[in-house]
Amino acid sequence: MASIKLVINGKERTINVPPEMPLLWVLRDVVGLTGTKYGCGSGVCGSCTVHLDGEATRSCVTAVEFAEGKKITTIEGFAANKKHPLLEAWILEDVPQCGYCQPGQIMAAAALLKSKPTPKDSDIDAAMASTLCRCGTYPRIRKAIKRASAASQKDGQARQKSVGQGGAQ
Amino acid sequence: MRTTTLSRRTFIKTAAAAGGGLMLSFYPPARGEELLESNDEAFAPNVWIKIGTDGSVTITVARSEMGQGVWTSMSMIVAEELDADWAKVSVVQADAHPKKYGSQSTGGSWSVRGSWQNLRTAGATGREMLKTAAARTWNVDPATCRTGNGYVTHSSGKKLSYGELATTAASVPAPSPINLKDPKDFVLLGKRIPKLDTPSKTHGEAIFGIDVRVPGMVFSSLEKCPVFGGTLAGFDATAAKKVAGVLDVVQIEDSVAVVADSTWAAFKGREALSVRWNDGQWANQTSEQIRKTFSDAATKKGDVIETQGDIESALASAATRVEGIYEVPFVAHATMEPMNCVADVRSDRCEIWAPSQSPQGAQREAARILNLPVESVVVHVTLMGGGFGRRLSADYAADAVRVSKAIGKPVMNVWTREDDMQHDLYRPMTYNVLRGGLDKNGNPIAWHHRIAGPNSRGLVVGGSKPSYSFPNYLVDAHLIDVGVPVGAWRSVGPSQNGWVMESFVDELAHAAKADPFEFRRKLLGNSPRLKRTLEYVAEKAGWGKKLSQGVGRGISCVESFGSTAAQVAEVSVDKNGTLTIHRIVIAVDCGPVVNPDTIEAQLESAVVYALSAALKDEITVERGRVQQSNFDDYRILQIDEMPKVEVHIVPSTEPVGGIGEPGLPPVSPAVCNAIFAATGKRIRKLPIRPADLKT
Repeated sequence: MASIKLVINGKERTINVPPEMPLLWVLRDVVGLTGTKYGCGSGVCGSCTVHLDGEATRSCVTAVEFAEGKKITTIEGFAANKKHPLLEAWILEDVPQCGYCQPGQIMAAAALLKSKPTPKDSDIDAAMASTLCRCGTYPRIRKAIKRASAASQKDGQARQKSVGQGGAQ
Repeated sequence: MRTTTLSRRTFIKTAAAAGGGLMLSFYPPARGEELLESNDEAFAPNVWIKIGTDGSVTITVARSEMGQGVWTSMSMIVAEELDADWAKVSVVQADAHPKKYGSQSTGGSWSVRGSWQNLRTAGATGREMLKTAAARTWNVDPATCRTGNGYVTHSSGKKLSYGELATTAASVPAPSPINLKDPKDFVLLGKRIPKLDTPSKTHGEAIFGIDVRVPGMVFSSLEKCPVFGGTLAGFDATAAKKVAGVLDVVQIEDSVAVVADSTWAAFKGREALSVRWNDGQWANQTSEQIRKTFSDAATKKGDVIETQGDIESALASAATRVEGIYEVPFVAHATMEPMNCVADVRSDRCEIWAPSQSPQGAQREAARILNLPVESVVVHVTLMGGGFGRRLSADYAADAVRVSKAIGKPVMNVWTREDDMQHDLYRPMTYNVLRGGLDKNGNPIAWHHRIAGPNSRGLVVGGSKPSYSFPNYLVDAHLIDVGVPVGAWRSVGPSQNGWVMESFVDELAHAAKADPFEFRRKLLGNSPRLKRTLEYVAEKAGWGKKLSQGVGRGISCVESFGSTAAQVAEVSVDKNGTLTIHRIVIAVDCGPVVNPDTIEAQLESAVVYALSAALKDEITVERGRVQQSNFDDYRILQIDEMPKVEVHIVPSTEPVGGIGEPGLPPVSPAVCNAIFAATGKRIRKLPIRPADLKT
């Protein structure tokens, strides 16, 4: 057992668990954040994807000690802003079916959009291929990512324009 | 409370809701009389609607939501007839209760088609009562009032909301007979309505079975014998008990349960167990042996399943005879959420939280295990990470019940992914011998389909009766216990027989030198709905139009679960045997359209589920054990492998059909028939391997 200090969704907390305990189970069974899902336990399905310092990470194969000192973001933290373009796009495309893999899909898609704000289909394939969905929401995931990207670009342009106008005044 | 008889054996109860408002409960004819005599004031039969004084409409859904969209589709049907304001509609998931709800089993694509009439009648009853309440309030003729979007409006223009009327409506008699809307007046049905559960599933707030937490709950996981039918010989828990977080180790029938303060500690504890098994009678079973058992059996006549005419003399007189052996492997459900359940067993009662397609099955199983009356077992149905037939079984609920009983605490029992893969109830492996005969003009005169498979008749032979007008046909079967547990897998019998039959029909078409579409079309005189669906897909896909070099086109059609579906696939294969599916065009006739968005989603879903089974991995058995264990050796379709899917809904006046399953059976035959068109290679064994396609 070890005392480990974690920063989860902006909140600091100290837990007492074996250092090799996977982050997934710390989040779900110790901290009580059940949005992050168990699918395979071996890093091959992506249902457990969270962000560590903004990077998509499979929490089921990440020892909790590795997350110490990093910013951990789960679906609960990411969805604190329900107006996030990706979440709005996800709802507008009515993506989920059973919904179980969706937190992992959304966290993987969010990391993709951060590194590639206007992803091509091949970028989506590369970033999302190993995040599995048994219901087959794939066509809608692709649409939602593109819709979110387009909405963010539009927002960005609008912001830039208003900043530009502000500068001129 | 008052009860009205709507027809000879159809009943509705109406009552004032606690705190005001209207409660409507409508129950099925089959149980009506029994319920009428019930003194149980709490009973609320299978359609149960509450209209609050704030205008809210709460619909209790007695089927399980597993991604197929029943919360939304069933509520839409009620709201349509009720003329409710959709924005004020919400859903409550029903607990298990056979008396209140009748069957709650969620399978067979049955939710909408099985309750279409009841849901409409219940909604229409509410609408007429609210209208009557308004007419009484205004002292006018109800015929001068109309309803819409949660209001009753009088011809003079004055209006009252359903919320304002709900309490008054509880005291007016239920109308009889009930007039249902003309479909041309539908305002909700047929529209793309976003699913009610989408926001919570997007925001990570949806509670699945595995997310349930109850006070005092501990976690457990069971070590089961890896060999089917094996029994526990003994175990040593010394090391397991030393694992941090492990609270207890207990024997549960022929399994060993590790109880812990977290799921992970329970899993770790299992790794530290030392268990000895008696492997039992299937200790040496292998896939190869099972195949041999089936192929040996198939040399002999089987039990007759379907027959007409005399196939042997027809085959003897045939100008052309065609034969083919088709093999289907065991496949797993592999729902994304592994099996799990929470149970809290007390001396005189039990409470269960289960991601279940059959909550009453779990209820009966718990009652049997605990020797309690069914009424003492409460089963709450949670959302579930995929069902596909797997969660019709109560095996995983039984695990939790037994552990809770043993330790005297509420427990969440979780299967690992490996448990889930190796202790599934698999779609049956089958060995199929097909024989067909054509006369000199290329007309099929004989069809013989012999099936050898595990001893579960419905799962093996379901959907094997041909829809085509073959003058002579025979389906016979050998059903043999080979030790591997089998169960309903999305689309069940038609999921594998659809592939076998639609592939072999294609062989007959080519043997007759006929166009595969025209060949089928001419034989569908007795199946007009299927014929129309086939014609619709051919038109939408541009059947017969020129394709790019190397691209082949295949067609298929299957009627199942009350609907008809037809598909055209376009594929190409490179010299390494790599298959590319360029597009799949689907036409479906499911009768009335509830939510076209859900229909599209379910058909895309059917494509993914079918292609995973056709193109990815199979379940194989060695030494009585399943060899696959996780998503790395039992792979499923990925986003980069998803073909373009086009869905076309056939305009229809046919009876309401299912939608969760009918789209699946035509997928793999359309693809295999397209492979044949592109390469001349006939696929007779699934899954398809690149080596099978290499030139």
